[in-house]
Parts: sequence; structure tokens; C-alpha cells
Amino acid sequence: MAEDNVLSDVGLTSGAEAGAGIVLSTRKLCKVYGKGDVLVHALRDVDLDLRAGEMAVLLGASGSGKSTLLNIIGGLDVASSGTVYYEQQNLADFTERQLTNYRRNHVGFVFQFYNLISSLTARENVALVTDLAASPMHTDEALELVGLKDRMDHFPAELSGGEQQRVAIARAIAKRPKILLCDEPTGALDAETGRLVLAVLDEVNRKTDTTTAIITHNAAIGRLGDTVIRMSSGQIVETVRNSERASIDEIQW
Amino acid sequence: MVAPVSTLNKKLWREAWHLRGQLFSIALVVAAGLMAILTMRGSYDTLVNAQAQYYRDTRFADVWSYLVRAPLSLVDSLERIPGVNAVDTRVTFSGTLNFDEEGVPARGLFISLPEDGRPLLNDIVIKEGRYVSSGHYDEVIVSENFATARNLRPNDSIPVILNGRSRDLQIVGVAVAPEQSYVVPPGSLFPEDDKYGIFWMGREAMAAVYNMDGAFNEVFLSLQSKANLLAVLKQVDDLLSPYGGLGAYGRDDQVSHAIMEGELNQNKVMGTAIPTIFLLVAVFLLHLVLGRLISTQRNEIAVLKAFGYTNGEIARHFLSFALVAVSFGTLLGVLGGVYFGGLYINLYGQYFDFPNLQYRLPVSLLFVAVGACFAGALSGAWLAIKRAVDLPPAEAMRPEAPKHYSAGILEKLGISRFMSSSVRMITRNIERKPVQSFLSSLGVAMSVAILTIGLFMYSGVHYLMDLQFQVIQREDLSISFTEIVNDSVRYDLARLEGVSYVETFHSAPARLRFAHKDEELVIQGLAPDSHLRRIIDADARVVPVPIGGFAISRLLAERLEVRVGDTLEVEMLEGERRHGELAVNAIVDDFMGISAYTDDATLNQLTREQSAVSGAYLLVDDGYMNTVSAKLKEMPVIASVVSPAAMLASFEKQMDESLYVSIAFLLGFAGIIAVGVIYNGARISLSERGRELASLRVMGFRRSEVTTLLLGEQAVITVFAIPLGCVIGYWLTYLLLTSLQTDLYRVPFVVEQSTYVISAAVVIGAGLVSGLIVKRRLDRFSIVDVLKTRE
Repeated sequence: MAEDNVLSDVGLTSGAEAGAGIVLSTRKLCKVYGKGDVLVHALRDVDLDLRAGEMAVLLGASGSGKSTLLNIIGGLDVASSGTVYYEQQNLADFTERQLTNYRRNHVGFVFQFYNLISSLTARENVALVTDLAASPMHTDEALELVGLKDRMDHFPAELSGGEQQRVAIARAIAKRPKILLCDEPTGALDAETGRLVLAVLDEVNRKTDTTTAIITHNAAIGRLGDTVIRMSSGQIVETVRNSERASIDEIQW
Repeated sequence: MVAPVSTLNKKLWREAWHLRGQLFSIALVVAAGLMAILTMRGSYDTLVNAQAQYYRDTRFADVWSYLVRAPLSLVDSLERIPGVNAVDTRVTFSGTLNFDEEGVPARGLFISLPEDGRPLLNDIVIKEGRYVSSGHYDEVIVSENFATARNLRPNDSIPVILNGRSRDLQIVGVAVAPEQSYVVPPGSLFPEDDKYGIFWMGREAMAAVYNMDGAFNEVFLSLQSKANLLAVLKQVDDLLSPYGGLGAYGRDDQVSHAIMEGELNQNKVMGTAIPTIFLLVAVFLLHLVLGRLISTQRNEIAVLKAFGYTNGEIARHFLSFALVAVSFGTLLGVLGGVYFGGLYINLYGQYFDFPNLQYRLPVSLLFVAVGACFAGALSGAWLAIKRAVDLPPAEAMRPEAPKHYSAGILEKLGISRFMSSSVRMITRNIERKPVQSFLSSLGVAMSVAILTIGLFMYSGVHYLMDLQFQVIQREDLSISFTEIVNDSVRYDLARLEGVSYVETFHSAPARLRFAHKDEELVIQGLAPDSHLRRIIDADARVVPVPIGGFAISRLLAERLEVRVGDTLEVEMLEGERRHGELAVNAIVDDFMGISAYTDDATLNQLTREQSAVSGAYLLVDDGYMNTVSAKLKEMPVIASVVSPAAMLASFEKQMDESLYVSIAFLLGFAGIIAVGVIYNGARISLSERGRELASLRVMGFRRSEVTTLLLGEQAVITVFAIPLGCVIGYWLTYLLLTSLQTDLYRVPFVVEQSTYVISAAVVIGAGLVSGLIVKRRLDRFSIVDVLKTRE
């Protein structure tokens, strides 16, 4: 399928039209948890830009705020202050319903612990999302893309961790999202399987031109991205643009 | 686009199947609540409808009076009383059945029927055979209960002694009548179908035997809807008094109707109060259990939200679990309700012989009950769903963090130093969620309460019976005479072979009046030294026979609003209908009926009779019961012979059938509730804390220790529930017994230790069963699998 079609199918203008190809940008984003004297500043004044079709890797130790950032730009959580612009609209102003529609049509999620529905088969887990989307891929196509053509009718309990994560990826991309957000997608997997999953994400990004953000604490993975964003104590401390994305075979950990 | 429900639907059915144990136990709670309503209230509605239809079909009278004898010409005057619609008369006498058998002789009430057409009022319904025909003096129609008990059919013959003469009657039909729907032999408290029957004969035949040609000794009237009952009664009494009228009474005082109304009223209270308690408990449990069940799905709700499912879609999906459980429960409840309703109606059919008594499903009530169940289930589910969807999905995906950790009361008190770490974990867990723990405990407590209600009722009825038959009625036989006789009859009776002791008594019907309130009853005149019959209060203490005054039952005192020392106006209802006055000397806390006792001499003064007696109590030597009964049967002066032992047996048969069914029902229901709460509680804890428990196993905890940790919490909740349930049960029983009080009896509140022990045992048993089921699941748990899954 042609890349242009993928974008227009989800009803979005292409990244190039949205000024400097930026799909999503945050400014002065803050998130504070707790009350009174036990305040935790998870995010402090975060400015972030995600460009159309890019693969961004967010690096940081646990507690650095990267999951919080991902949850806010994915519409899973709301910021305490600051703005998140997507398509010239501020997510902070979205109603509950608008946030739901945003997640439904524009964002795909991959979680560390897969979060598959254990009572549904691989195919049905993907169907759970394609049922909702305006112009989804065929479930089989999505599963084929992640190399699970032969395991489509297995329940999560019958799949290995890597396979489960690939189902989760298929489920996330099947709706043809504009943005794919992956929170420690290899965190629960061994190195070998993790590489396999990253290879799938890399391939999906290249083939579908979906803006992809991957959270990891594994610095080696940074080489896979177009951009590497390093976080610490709720702040972005460094943003590096790789001149060239490494292939999965070049990465070791 | 594929309909958004399809994949979610698959998920629903698969997960419903996975949760089948929990959903099934919830469905059982719904089923039990509905069954209680449909069975108890449904059978009440059925009976009330059947009664109304029956009364219409047989033209059941509004006013009744017995008299000695009056000419038929009096009917014209009766018809002229304002407000009277129709007047009908008949001839009624009691007779003995001359079966060739030993024991207390069977007796019957013989009632006339017009040969030239059906009666104007108080018709009968023929169940088998035909109506009596003109000119055949030996034809008789037998009451259905007697025919069934004696296995009699049309064309059988029956030997009777009428007016002292022996003859054989030919049965032509078997029938029922509303005025005879609850047939209690004179002097007895309960039906004895094989000992006492109703026999309808042609009017001419009856008149010939009893010399009542052109006369009647019973009259009934039907009234216009706006008639003044009291005025009519007064005028009927005035007209009949020269003819030995025994006092006209309205339908409310007609024995069969009154007993039936009492039974129906009791059924109404039982059929409303108990099912309401059941239903409320069921609704509460549905709310509780479904709420917790859905709380465990918090993570899934968050994931679906993350994919972009709307709150509405998510709510519909998770509410469907509640719908599945409640719908299945409704199906079970309706099937069970119809089945048990039919069973109940059959049981009642033995006491109320309504024709065509068929259980009718109370549809509107069903809707209300099912609606209440749905409301309980959906509200519980909805609150849990709302809690989950109100959170941003990112937060909901994390396990629910405890709001606030702190040392609980036990720890602050320093008791925790003496507790093992398991016990400390259990108590902290309970203290951390005090409301949820209390509500779970309350749920279990309700099952304890329901059990105690049933057992309290059982103890009460048994106490009542023991008191009546062991302490109050100490005679072997009690006999009543057809008329007032001289006290010297005691010597005749004492001479009978096998009779070891005789006491006579005098009882007379009267109306007692205080201020503007009055009650009709039979005054009992007892010998001051009476040994076989004594006045006994609720605590089984003997109250001395009041000399020259009344001892009246508490219920009568409440009705007349009198206190000790007040003077009652007495109007005798037999003979010369004399008026007198007598003070209330004592108020007796008794249980059966409304009674007024005095000494025999005082009663004789009231009736202006000398040494008059109306019956006697006998003690009979072992082995002589049959001989004595046979001798008594030959004496025409004896109207009835009652054996308290036979009454007790008859009562216990009734107890076996109705009370035991109810108690079995209560036991089953309480068990279902207890299992529903405890099993679900443990299962939900297991899913909430599976990871924590698996971690403990990894750390080296033994399987038994982990089981203790999980089930210990349920055990604490159950143990706390038992005393709570006992207290709730005590008060609910008190309320129920107060509203169950009828003219016939009131059930005493008897607190037996065993009630609490049995209730506790049943609930603990249900808890152990639930625990074992959950333990089996826990044993199959793979530590590694649990730890591999997400947090």
C-alpha cells in the first residue's frame, strides 16, 4: 500500500503540511502527582516534537518520566500544565470524548506487558481494534506484517512473550495510526526476542511511515531511531538526531 | 466496518464461561430471591383469587345465624330487613358415623340441601357424582376431604346414627363448599379429615329425621353492598331471639372464613416479609459481588479505553456480565418459583379445598422482583465501572494503589507484636478496606439472619405445641355434650371401665363488652381445683383459677383495651341471653386464641344454671382407649370426643409438610447466600492478590501458609458476620412474629441456643465449602505463570 494512502486513510493531513513535518509537539508540559507535602514532579517543562514518519527513541532510567510523557501524548493521561499540540489542536483542551476519539483513530499503543485480552485469540485481539477503526487493515494483514501468519488462532496463553508482543504490535498498527507509542516493548523479553520485536517495529515504521516513539532504558536501542531523546528527572536533557538509522543486526546488548 | 460488538461479544461469552462459578453463584442468589417471592407471594395471590371466585360461584352468605327452631314463615320478615338481598334457610344437625372400627368415633355435620334446585345461598361445588334427587331420603353428598381420607366414592354406602337411629346412606356425590373449606371438629384446633366430615342430604330427608318439617335451624343472608352490617345483625337477632337465636354474625366471624382469612393473612405477611427480606439481601449481594467482580477487571477496562473504546461501549460490555448472571438467575428463579409455587399450592389445597386451585405466576410482581435484581446488579457493576472509566487509562492500568497506609487499630494498641506476619497481613488487609470488609461481612450476616428467622419460628411453634399438648391439655380424652347437663354426669363417666379420673367443665358462648369494644368468645368455667385443664401462661406457669372474676388472654385484653380491675359487661349468647358483669382479675400471657376463664360457680351464676356442665376431661388407663371410645359412642348426649394425642399427631403432620418445607427453603437460601458471598469474596481476592501470593510462594512461603493468608481474610469476615447475623435475625424475627399474630394463635419468641449454633454451623460449612473450592484453584496456580503476567 502506498504511503500517501496510509495517511489519508486515517483522515490526517500529511506531516509536511503541518509545518516542518511536525505531527505532535509539547510545550512546557508538566505532570505532578500527589497532594500536599508528598508532591512528585513526574514531568517538568517538557518540550518535544515528533516528526512525520520518524522513529524516536526515548531513553532514561526508570522514574525519569518517559512513561508519563508517553501516556500524556497518547491521551491516556492528562498533563498538570502545558500544551500538547496534535493537528493544531491542544490535547489539554480535549473532552473525554475527544480524547477517546483521538486514541481510537490516531494512536496505537504497545505496552511492556502486552496487555492482550487473554480470552481472545491473536486474531480477535487485533479485531478488537479493527472493529473500532474507520479504515483499518485486515486483521490477517496486520498479523502477517508482524510475522504471525501461522499463529493467528492461538490464545495469548499459547504464545511466547515475543509472539504476544508482536500480536500487541499488530493490534496497535492495524488501525493505521498516525502515531505508534511503545512503552518498553522489549522490557519483558529476552535479548533475542527483543531484537525480533524491534525488527518488527522498525519494519512497520519503514513500511507504513507511522510516527513511532519507543520508550526504553536500553541505550543501545537508541541507534535504531531517527531521533534519540534522553530524559532524566522529568526533563529532556538531550536530543540527538542520528544521521543514519542503524539496522537491527548492527545492534548488540 | 464490522459491528463493534462482535469481538467484544466473543470476549463476553468466553469470559462469562471462565467466570461461570462466580456468575452461577450470583445467579443462584437471584434465583433464590425470585423463588421466594414467586412461591410465597404467588401462592398467596393464587389463594386470594381462588377464594373470590369460589365465593362468587357458591353465593357465599354475608350474615349467619344458628337458632333452635323457627317456622319458614319467618323468612318474609327477614327479607324485609333493610339492606338484605336474599335469605336462605336450612336444617343442620350433627351425627355419628357408625363405622365398624375401634378408637374415637368419627362424626359428621349433616346439612340440608333443597331437592328442587340449588340453594339460594351457600351452594356446594360437586367434585364427583351428582346432586341429591327429590324423594330419595337415603342420598347423601360427602365432603371431599372426608371422602379422600376414608377412600369413599359415589355408590358407596355409609352407616350413620342420626337422632339416635342407625341407618345406611348412599353416597351420590363428593363436594366442597366455602363455608366448610376448613373443617375443624368441635373442640379441636386442627382438621381431622378421617374423624370428621360434612354430609349434605335432601331437606325433606333431614326434616323427617329431625322433625323439622316447615322449619329451619340455620339462616343466612346476603347483603347489598351499602348495607349496614351491625344494623342488620341487630334486627336479625331481634327477629330470631324468640326462636332460640344464638346470635347472628357476619362473614368475618364465620369459622371457615375467619380461619381462612387468618391463614391467608399469615400467608400474606410471610409471603411479603420473608421474600422482601430475601430479595433485599439478593439485591445487596448482587450490588456487592458484581462491584467487586468488575473492580478486578480494572486493567482490562483501561486497555479497552486506551484502544479508543468509549465509556458507553465499555459500560455496556461489563454490564453485560451482570445481565448474564441476572438473566440466568431469573430463568432459574421463575422455573423454581413455578415448581415450588405449585408445591405450596398443593400443600394448601389440603386445607383449603378451593375448586380448580391452580398456581398462577404473579407476572407484575415478577417484573418488580426481576427489576430489583437487575437494579442491584447493575448499580453495583456500574459503580465499579465508573470508578475504572473515570480514571485516565494510564492510571487505571496500574494496580489500584492503597489510598493510605497506616498502622491499624490493632497495631496501635501494640497487639500486633503478638501476631504472626500472616495474621498481620490479614488484619491489615481488612483494616485497609474497612467498608468493603464490613459490607462483605454484612452479606454473610444476612444469611445467618435468614437462618435464625427460620429456626426461631420453628422453635416457637414447637414450644407452642409442647405447651398446649403437654402442659395445658393433660387429659387423654376431652368430650363435649350435645346440651348442658348436670354435673352428676361425672359419676356416670367415672363408672366406665378404664376411666381412671373425670373432671367436668362448663363453657358458654358470650359477648364481652368494655366501653364501645366487644368480642364474642366461649367463656371457660373451670373447677378451682382443676387438675387436667389449668390456666397456663407463656412461661408455662400455672395461673390460679380466678374466683368470681375473669382471667383473660393478653390478646383479648389488648382488643378490649382493658386492664386488671376493669369490669366487663357479659352477654350470654345461649338460653335466656342473660346480661351480667364481671371484673378482670388477671391477664394471662398465653398463645392460643382469645380466652376468658372464670370458676365454674361464677359461670353458673352468669347463666343462671345449677351445677351445669358442657363437657368433661377424662384420664383413661393404658389399653382402654378403644373400649372407652366405643362406650362413649353409644351415649347420645356426647357431641364430640377429642384425643389431644390425635390432635398433636394431626398437627405434626401439618408441621412436617408446611413448616419443614419453609425451613428447608430458608436453609437452602441461606446456604446459597453464604456461598455466594464467601466464594466470590475469596475468588475475587485471589484474582486481586494472585501476584502477591505468588511472590510469597517464591519467597518460600508454603502452599498452606499462602492459603491461610487468602482464606484467613474470609474467615475473619465470616466469624465477624455470625454474631452480627444473630443480632439482625433476632430483630427481624421479632418484627415478623409481631405481624404474624392472629386470632387463632401467636407464635412465641423462643430463643434457643441451638438456633445460633445451627445458623453458625451452616454458614461456617458454606464458608468451608467455598474455601475448599478456592483452595483447589490456588493449588493449581503456577507461580511462574502468575509472576510472568503484567502487574
